[in-house]
Amino acid sequence: MQQRPQAGLTPKLEVTLRVNGVERRVSLRPWTTLLDALREYLDLTGTKKGCDHGQCGACTVLVDGRRIVSCLTLAVMKDGVEITTIEGLATNGKLHPLQKAFISHDGFQCGYCTPGQICSAVGLIAEGHAKTADEIRELMSGNVCRCGCYPNIVAAIEEVMQGVPSESRP
Amino acid sequence: MIDFDYIKARDISDAVGRMAQNPAAKFIAGGTNLIDLMKENVARPTRLIDITGLPLTEIEETDEGGLLIGALVPNSDLAYDERITKRYPLLSSAILAGASAQLRNMASTGGNLLQRTRCLYFYDTTTPCNKRERAQAAARLTASTA
Repeated sequence: MQQRPQAGLTPKLEVTLRVNGVERRVSLRPWTTLLDALREYLDLTGTKKGCDHGQCGACTVLVDGRRIVSCLTLAVMKDGVEITTIEGLATNGKLHPLQKAFISHDGFQCGYCTPGQICSAVGLIAEGHAKTADEIRELMSGNVCRCGCYPNIVAAIEEVMQGVPSESRP
Repeated sequence: MIDFDYIKARDISDAVGRMAQNPAAKFIAGGTNLIDLMKENVARPTRLIDITGLPLTEIEETDEGGLLIGALVPNSDLAYDERITKRYPLLSSAILAGASAQLRNMASTGGNLLQRTRCLYFYDTTTPCNKRERAQAAARLTASTA
């Protein structure tokens, strides 16, 4: 890696990040990823850093409603666009249906991949391409769970996709 | 990561002009491959030229009866486009067989063709690799057999 004195670094840029409906002005180097900006500059630590190479999906967030991996996204490139993280899914203190379903189906063990799983599932349902459990598995394959909670994750997503509320389950 | 500066291209001629000024610059769109290579110190551009604002996001019919795909059409939009699924189903299924839903949402068509995802030696900058730096491995081989 190119080592330069701190003073010689490319200067910071002023960026407006619109996260969960709140505009935040931050001063960032061009190489700060959206993931690092959320965690280190905005104290939104719900979004997790797993592999940091776009392979595990733990850092999945929604940008203009589309699921992306924030570790391979430069924050300066998301100036002014709508970003939704796990912290922004609940409304008025009520959990998002997917958050409820993950709890009722026990869709996690350690919980580290869960914010990414849930944000990814929100994107999946909005995309509308998954109709069957097999299609959920295929289109959720960008989110890895080390604890192996896949059957329960699929069950939780399937339930929300079919519009069955968690409360009415036996 | 490495130190670089960042500029957002105003239009196509601005993007091309800025690239001509700096041979060590790189265009960035989805970033799914380039950012990863920069984190591994394999790609070391001194400047990134952001082309995501350019008008290259359409899929258009051509006079010859084909389709012209804009360089910035995301992989997912391309794979699910009705014209692609009906007329070029192989292209659609090839795209959907690769990466993940998140990466396909980010990755552009142009970037897909330009990607440099290769083997472990390519990514490991302590090993010689002709794909990463031309003639490096050959030079090593010559030196060791001399």
